Amino acid sequence: MGGNSPCASCKLLRRRCTKDCAFAPYFPADEPHKFAIVHKVFGASNVSKMLQELPVEQRADAVSSLVYEANARVRDPVYGCVGAISYLQNQVSELQMQLAVAQAEILCIQMQQQVEEDPPVMMMMMPPPQLSNENELSHHHYFTTFGSSSTNNVIHDSFKRQNVFGHDMVS
Amino acid sequence: MISGRCAACKNQRRKCPSDCIFSPYFPANDPQKFACVHKIYGGSNVGKMLQGIPTYLREQTANALYLEAKWRIHDPVYGSVGIISSLYEQIKNAEIELAKIQTQITFYKLQTQHVEAEPNSEVLQSQSSNMEQFEWDNPTIASWFN
Repeated sequence: MGGNSPCASCKLLRRRCTKDCAFAPYFPADEPHKFAIVHKVFGASNVSKMLQELPVEQRADAVSSLVYEANARVRDPVYGCVGAISYLQNQVSELQMQLAVAQAEILCIQMQQQVEEDPPVMMMMMPPPQLSNENELSHHHYFTTFGSSSTNNVIHDSFKRQNVFGHDMVS
Repeated sequence: MISGRCAACKNQRRKCPSDCIFSPYFPANDPQKFACVHKIYGGSNVGKMLQGIPTYLREQTANALYLEAKWRIHDPVYGSVGIISSLYEQIKNAEIELAKIQTQITFYKLQTQHVEAEPNSEVLQSQSSNMEQFEWDNPTIASWFN
């Protein structure tokens, strides 16, 4: 503000702070470091030009972002904000990779659960074996039939071997 | 042989000395690079900044200044801070999503462990019913408990 109390920019630049000072609303006297740092990095005239090109309602945000950038540049004179952006981009890539792995894992789990809930259709569709003796069926009900003929032969042979009632099972 | 002026000296309409601090990083064939940094930082500020940096780091410094200047021209209100803000948002969203999926994975794994534990209780029950039958069918053993 003008009058008795010059703003931080006019104090630093050692000039009279007028009523229509462009810096006064954004660089109050009690925050001298704010203007000092943007002046060091951008220069007062460049800051003034940038603010004048913006609508009034956007100038406060612009000043805040300029202060942030200037601070980053002073902290890291080589990379400034670019260093922070590079670091954050790496973090994003890392997280995206972790997300992809986690999504693949959950897909796997869901597929496994689906297989457990809906067993292979083939087993459900094969008819049970035809036996002549009902007693044999009660002892051998745990056998199931499969598609391959070799497996059928194994089952047929096991019926013959486990003949507890003394007569052959010939299908 | 007189070498051409660098982009900075052309922009400033001055002679380009042999020890020009700008010429290695602002070649004449890329005038936009210096124009961007000049618009945002001013030529003398860029020169001061480069002078404060060891020679082997000046190229990276010039390139970083160029990027920031470009982003500021593209977004006069937020500049590179807009990009940083957007990246923070992406990180936050990705972390939330990752936490959700990891919770789901833990839930599924716990569910599977619970299901695997259940058949044991059925076996125990059938064993206990078999035991009961055994005691009833064997009078000798049953008498031990009478």
